Amino acid sequence: MGWFENGWGLSLIVFLPLVGAAVLLAVPRARETAIKAIALGFAAASFAVSVIVTILFDFGTAGYQFGTNKSWIPAIGSYFHVGVDGISLPLVVLSTFITLLCVIYSWNHWPEPHNPKAFLVLMLILATGMAGTFVALDLVLFFIFFELVLLPMYFMIGIWGDRNPMRLPGFRKPVETRLYAAIKFFLFTLFGSAFMLLGFLALYFRSGDAAGAGRTFDIEALSALGAEGHFSGTFAFWVFFALFLGFAVKVPMWPLHTWLPDAHTAAPTVGSVLLAAILLKLGSYGFIRIALPILPHEAQRWAPAIAILAVIAIIYGSLACLAQTDMKRLIAFSSVGHMGFVMLGISTLTDVGINAAIVGMVAHGVITGLLFFLAGSIQHRYHTREMARLGGNQKTLPILGGILGFAAMASLGLPGLAGFWGEFMALLAAYNPFAGASLALFRTAMVIGAIGTVLTAGYLLWMLQRVNLGEVPEEWRDKSFHDADRFELGAWVPLVLATLAVGVYPAIVFGATNDSVVDLVQRAFGG
Amino acid sequence: MFDYHALLPEFILGATLLVVLGVDLAVAPRRRWLAGAAGIVGLLAAAVPLLTLAGAGGTREMFGGSYVVDDFALVLKGLFLVAGAIVLLASVSYLRGDRYYEGEYYFLILASIAGAVIMASSRDLITMFIGLELVSGPAFLLAGWRKGDLRSNEAALKFFLIGVLSSAILLFGMSLVYGTTGESTFAGIAAATAAVEGESAFVLGVLFVLVGFGFKVAAVPFHFWAPDTYQGAPLPVAAYLSVGSKGAGFVGLLTICYSAFAGARDIWGPALWILAVLTMTVGNLTALRQNNVVRLLGYSSVAHAGFILAPFAMAGAFEGAALQEAFFGSLTYLLVYAFMNLGAFAAVIAVAERTGSAEIDDWAGLARYSPALASLLGVFFFSLAGIPPLAGWFAKFVMFKAVLGDGGGGWGVALAVVAAVNAVIALFFYARVLKVAFMDPAPAVLPEGASASRPLAAALALTAAVTLAAGFYPQMLAFFSEAARALALP
Repeated sequence: MGWFENGWGLSLIVFLPLVGAAVLLAVPRARETAIKAIALGFAAASFAVSVIVTILFDFGTAGYQFGTNKSWIPAIGSYFHVGVDGISLPLVVLSTFITLLCVIYSWNHWPEPHNPKAFLVLMLILATGMAGTFVALDLVLFFIFFELVLLPMYFMIGIWGDRNPMRLPGFRKPVETRLYAAIKFFLFTLFGSAFMLLGFLALYFRSGDAAGAGRTFDIEALSALGAEGHFSGTFAFWVFFALFLGFAVKVPMWPLHTWLPDAHTAAPTVGSVLLAAILLKLGSYGFIRIALPILPHEAQRWAPAIAILAVIAIIYGSLACLAQTDMKRLIAFSSVGHMGFVMLGISTLTDVGINAAIVGMVAHGVITGLLFFLAGSIQHRYHTREMARLGGNQKTLPILGGILGFAAMASLGLPGLAGFWGEFMALLAAYNPFAGASLALFRTAMVIGAIGTVLTAGYLLWMLQRVNLGEVPEEWRDKSFHDADRFELGAWVPLVLATLAVGVYPAIVFGATNDSVVDLVQRAFGG
Repeated sequence: MFDYHALLPEFILGATLLVVLGVDLAVAPRRRWLAGAAGIVGLLAAAVPLLTLAGAGGTREMFGGSYVVDDFALVLKGLFLVAGAIVLLASVSYLRGDRYYEGEYYFLILASIAGAVIMASSRDLITMFIGLELVSGPAFLLAGWRKGDLRSNEAALKFFLIGVLSSAILLFGMSLVYGTTGESTFAGIAAATAAVEGESAFVLGVLFVLVGFGFKVAAVPFHFWAPDTYQGAPLPVAAYLSVGSKGAGFVGLLTICYSAFAGARDIWGPALWILAVLTMTVGNLTALRQNNVVRLLGYSSVAHAGFILAPFAMAGAFEGAALQEAFFGSLTYLLVYAFMNLGAFAAVIAVAERTGSAEIDDWAGLARYSPALASLLGVFFFSLAGIPPLAGWFAKFVMFKAVLGDGGGGWGVALAVVAAVNAVIALFFYARVLKVAFMDPAPAVLPEGASASRPLAAALALTAAVTLAAGFYPQMLAFFSEAARALALP
């Protein structure tokens, strides 16, 4: 299996979906079953390979595995350098897993206008971009994959998104929500990543100054230079700022988050799931993989600011949730809060905090993905997402309602379910941040974050009360609804199981991440 | 003196010109497309000796160093020949629809390409000027091809007046440079620069030459003719102007700046810094307000000229490797831009034939009734916007990389930031066209225009293949611009 471990395994994970997209283009649009089967096959194959990689993965070491480093664009010194370590492995598996579930769910849930072929092609391209970002170890390659997700998501939101009109200041005519949300998503992300690219180039040029080193885009080599303190001073400050812009828009961190509620709410169900479950992680992963190890001193300098923004996001996200009447928008805002916990964990720059961030990312991916699936199915049945009109869902749709209850409990951080570990450990890490940090600031952040968990519980329970509990409103009493069908269950049950598994036995994630995280912290921050 | 092998592409082009005229005379009117076919065959045949020359290697100098065939010349000649073939492919069905003179049209396009091919080799003020005039002269006529159309007349007249004015300015600048240095070959000027650097007449000469080329490449503030001309001219001609004619201008600028005025970088560097910032910003901001796709592409090509100029702008501060990078950056951008912009125009021609209109709003719902065409449009427009994995990202990337090179300091960073903001602005208007095509509802009565003819489809397939392949494997274009770095740099 030498070939498999020398890059081919990861290449298969990343490029199988893209090949699938190319194959789909050749199939006539009318042959829907064939199209669905092909997409399912490629998504499943990609997932299967990621499982094989996990099985073969050596959990005892901290370094990159399954890697390869081949010349790709010699003209600019860029390499096809890929590899996974404990930090990226859970996220790679998460991305292939969620993609597969999205294809299963899509089997009989097509947003209007009906065009499974185009929809699946975009979804598979998206899968390549997501998995690729997590395995890329070259800044140029990372940038390409990071940006590759933009086009498919833009079209997904813009074509299949929410058609309700909305009023915009300065426009006489109302605009359809999907159009506004799609371009806003695109412009925000592109703005951030344009500056991120400038930051990458700045690192490239500065890397050549080191004794005996040529200029390089290689993340491993740059991290080694960073650990030696090679990047410093005002230069590093501004480079960190540029990277921060790129990643913070994607996470999204307050106050750059405003694209998120619009995009998540307007996107079709599968689009929301992919956005929430994986696309947001590209940003926080970027912090862990690139910003922290390459610019450790700047990370320490910026950490208090990131912690403050993270806490603001937690409180702001929760309060915004409490003000929502639209169920899907509520879940969207909850992502702002949950990603706030992830960023709080990262800002502590300790192994506990970064472990918390990764397990928080996985948990958020699984749980919020499930919540968006459920919101989509509820809208599919009731044709509304207004919580004031819903109610008694537990009676009308017992299975769906039950899973919704479960997902909400998991999302509010109930111990024993996946959501607990990320939040708890992030707060724990904030109690004891990196050496030299302002203890007062981080401990205040911890206290405010803890208040945030209460608010989180508040809005999720309130949502449950309005949607699931109570009497069935007049409107729906005589209607007959079909409960979760087998494709819905096919997508949801694995997520429920994953939530339980990570919650009960978090070592599934920590076992992979811990060595790599400890190693990262050790190298970058000296302990 | 005469190196027949080195001049073979030019000879083949010359022969093709005559053949095209002959074919036009000999065949019946409904077979006139044969003239176009002969033109394409001739262009491709002219590209064959480029390969043998590249295989033979080395630099061939003729006529006392004023005509040079090196790797730089070969790559650009190849670019112009391929671009010419694509333009001819895109023209055939368009011309047949209009029932105008066909043979003459092909003849003029080929003549203009011959001029561009000559420019790629010229290392002498006079040869350069003659080449440039050979590029422009036929283009004036082509812009006014639809003589019954007022807009086309306006386009030609505007283009002609501005073209003549810019030629005069260029010539005046050249005369000052010649007068002060006493040399007309680029190598001679470069050698003599040190002695005359401080002379105001020389500085003025350099600036006048820049302004002259500024008109040719449509850099702001010398750009105002471009959108009007593009809109009025027949669409394939607009495609040719935005790639062939603009490309020729850039080749002139590249060779003259980097070889003849290599010692005067502190003069043209700062001047082009201002020009680049203005060009990309004004081009992009104006493009935001366009409702006609052709005008939009006109302004977008102005903005792209700004991006190509950006590495030039930093050359004043660069030395050695960074200077090489700057040259490489502009050249790579030009190569990528040529393919994606030709593709974008070909797609616009096809869509305009399908919908019968070039107004953006008339393209609503295109993806519903013509998904393939709409997808191609998406490929080219997003490539122009620089979104990975389409080729445009690489052009933007090398541009940024060149601008941030060593020695640029704050000016380089400032230019890069301006370019980054511009790249985001540009996305907005490209995405707007695609929003209409993909996301707006189709009209109740679908337009009944023809779908793309076979030659046009071939042009689309070729440009789309290059745009996609170069996005995933940029080295395939970077290879050529690497080779072309051979142009003697200081």
